Amino acid sequence: MSTSSITFNRRSFIRTSSLASGGLLIGFNLFTACKPKVQPPVDISQLNFNDFNAFIKIADNGAVTIYSPNPEIGQGVKTAMPMLIAEELDVAWDKVYVQQGILDTENYTRQLAGGSQSIRLGWEPLRQTGATARQMLVNAAAAKWGVAPSECTTSEGVISNAKGETLGYGDVVKEAAIMEVPESVTLKEPKNFKIIGTDAQNVDIDKIVTGKPLFGLDYKVDGMVYACVLRPPAFGQILDSYDDTKAKAMPGVIDVIRIGEKAKELSKEGIGNWTVAMGKSDKVVVIAKTTWEALKGKEAISAQWVNGSVLESTEFQDKQLIGLLDGKEFKTLRKDGDINIAFAKADKTLERTYESPFLPHNCMEPMNFFANITDEKIHLVGPVQTPEFAATAVAGMLGRDVKDVHLEMTRMGGGFGRRLYGDFVYEAAEIADLIRKPVKLVFSREDDMTAGTYRPAIKYRIKAAIKDGHVTAYHLKEAAIGGNMYGLIPNFFPAGAIENYQVDVANYQSNITTGAWRAPYTNFLAFAEQSFFDELAEIMEVDRIQLRLDLLEKVKGSTDERIQYSPERMQNVIKVAVDKSGWGKKEDGVFQGFAAYYCHNSHVAEVADVEIENGVPVVKKVTCVVDCGIVVNPLGAKNQIEGGVIDGVGHAMYGDLTFMEGKPQSQNYDKYRLIRMGEIPVVESHLIQNEIAPTGLGEPTLPPAGAAVANALKAATGNRFTQQPFSKFPELMQVPTKPIIG
Amino acid sequence: MPKYDIKVNGISKSVDVAEDTPLLWVLRDHLDLVGTKYGCGIAQCGACTVHIGGTAVRSCSLPIASVGVQEITTIEGLSEDGSHPVQMAWKEVDVPQCGYCQTGQIMTASAFLDKNPNPTSDEIKTAMHGNICRCASYTRIHRAVEIAATKLG
Repeated sequence: MSTSSITFNRRSFIRTSSLASGGLLIGFNLFTACKPKVQPPVDISQLNFNDFNAFIKIADNGAVTIYSPNPEIGQGVKTAMPMLIAEELDVAWDKVYVQQGILDTENYTRQLAGGSQSIRLGWEPLRQTGATARQMLVNAAAAKWGVAPSECTTSEGVISNAKGETLGYGDVVKEAAIMEVPESVTLKEPKNFKIIGTDAQNVDIDKIVTGKPLFGLDYKVDGMVYACVLRPPAFGQILDSYDDTKAKAMPGVIDVIRIGEKAKELSKEGIGNWTVAMGKSDKVVVIAKTTWEALKGKEAISAQWVNGSVLESTEFQDKQLIGLLDGKEFKTLRKDGDINIAFAKADKTLERTYESPFLPHNCMEPMNFFANITDEKIHLVGPVQTPEFAATAVAGMLGRDVKDVHLEMTRMGGGFGRRLYGDFVYEAAEIADLIRKPVKLVFSREDDMTAGTYRPAIKYRIKAAIKDGHVTAYHLKEAAIGGNMYGLIPNFFPAGAIENYQVDVANYQSNITTGAWRAPYTNFLAFAEQSFFDELAEIMEVDRIQLRLDLLEKVKGSTDERIQYSPERMQNVIKVAVDKSGWGKKEDGVFQGFAAYYCHNSHVAEVADVEIENGVPVVKKVTCVVDCGIVVNPLGAKNQIEGGVIDGVGHAMYGDLTFMEGKPQSQNYDKYRLIRMGEIPVVESHLIQNEIAPTGLGEPTLPPAGAAVANALKAATGNRFTQQPFSKFPELMQVPTKPIIG
Repeated sequence: MPKYDIKVNGISKSVDVAEDTPLLWVLRDHLDLVGTKYGCGIAQCGACTVHIGGTAVRSCSLPIASVGVQEITTIEGLSEDGSHPVQMAWKEVDVPQCGYCQTGQIMTASAFLDKNPNPTSDEIKTAMHGNICRCASYTRIHRAVEIAATKLG
């Protein structure tokens, strides 16, 4: 048993017995301890049921409600995070009622969805929360019986003593509420887990399959109006003037207004190029009684736009990025040894350039947000991955106290990074502040695809030196739009495995708005790197798996604390993938490609199987092996794996957003191709079993998929894909008439 | 504005809307039936799928004036309590990730299985090809349709 010292102070543990709904509940507010200087929220005697946002509520009938603090975007945390609490509270999972917590910066920390970090960072505190509550209930029962707490055991919400007497949690909740908070609690050993590691259905499954209101677009209040926004049609254009005569005469249209003043304030803070863009141009807003009338009203606006900056085309951007790669202006993120000496002494060198397009996020639920602003309160409701940031920014933008903001998170129809950026929250708030009515801002699909914060177009150039059969230098150069790879990525593989190693980045500041997209940067870097290692093995004439294993071997025992990945765990997933995929043992006609990648603290290896159908290579299967430590919910985990792999295959094959004079050339799904049912491979997933603390799973299986497919396509066609999407190069999809050797 | 009498989930409703208003927005904004989702507005993604006279139809591209007297079934009317075999299969497999597209997937699958209760794997793929799932829960959608078929067949 591991004893966990709790630094939580007693005041972070709040409880109440005066509930508007009747009944007696205790609430636990232990995350306050993660922010030690925070004062307890308010006088607890003044709290009522609806104000109470702690993690656990236990009613006097024993009913348990657990609040899931983080936003749910489809990654499964609304199920998995409460499972961690329930495990240590020792209650039956099927008796637990899970509810989404609201934004509450006083009582929760890190209420955001991003970077696949919710489970990793919640692992300790959430279990401690459950264990502390359990211990207080046990202490109360022990006092009632006049026995030592150590003589008591719990199981599924019932406390037993040595004499065989039992008390339900509800029977002692009143006494537990006035117990001292224990200074330390004992957490279960993994072998004693009853909930963690078992399959748990999505907690919202019944509501999802029956179409209950769950999502931002479903939220509605009496008197609510709808707003659709006309934004510049091209990046770089700004609003000059507009004629709203026709729109104002349309049925259901209430008003047409101009916004932008408040956004200019926000853009001064310059948080990413999307806020800067928000401040550049005013926008025209149609307010109507219904969504359709607002959408139609928007179409009836006639607006004139002027060019505020260069209207970029994809061809122009490509030239800028290639120019950067060819140039000398780089920022060096990591430098080991001296690559130039190694290149000078090399027997052979290999250099390749890999190119990716912009990608929109394409959440199935288009961006939207509800806002209702009065002098007393700023009420915001909707799907956002960064509620705390959004609330703070809205308060700042409107010159209001952040305490006026009440923000509720809805379930989100996808996130993929798009909902990290609150542009739609600020637009909704600015509109609501002007019209002073409850209003729902709705993006059409076209608005969603053309006013994005896209995955930036990126080009990588990788060069390696080979000397005496060893890789002696590795030089990775990145030219990206709107930002470069973040801090830790240069310390991913192959950092530490190659003596002379350098990562250089250069940036082109475009007026096209960019941001994080599922597995930011690594979503394409993994493709470049793992394609490159395959080519490297080919020119070195060595086994492609062995090359990777040998490089990893060199990292073992490294004292370099910057190295992020574990060479042992990476070697293991590679070996398991080789075994499970039947690597090298496939019958004729099955062409395999391999890739392995570490990101978001998890290790993944994938093998893609390509077969020829009607003369065209088709991805039939992907075997995916994941080491993300302890798997909290295998049912949800496998869903993430399957989705991540297919998403990775789909975007590598089809994802493409080009620009012509600043205008996105795809606006809807007629011209933007997403992978569909008829194109999916079978995904066979394998989760490594161990007792290491869990890490993320929302992102890590996506990055290696593109490289595994490209390497399999090379085997099938003899052609090397260095640009995405692959479907853009039908000539490379031609299958040679002669069989491929090697 | 013209008045339209329609029958949704067995109940007669009367709505005052412009004739070009898509059925999707009548359901969502006028009748509070928000289980039918807006995804693209151009009949490309399938999130808005409902049944009209038993056939799967994209409600985002069907003007209210074209609906007529045909019976409309939305996800809210597929069953009262989520007990339709397709919904049961969706729960058994635990299909959803974000869940937004799933009502449309279920409506497409249920209309398809009504017409073809014993489909092959390829027939399922063809039938479901028109419904996008951005989370790519496709392998589970496929499995759930197979399971529902065994329950219906």
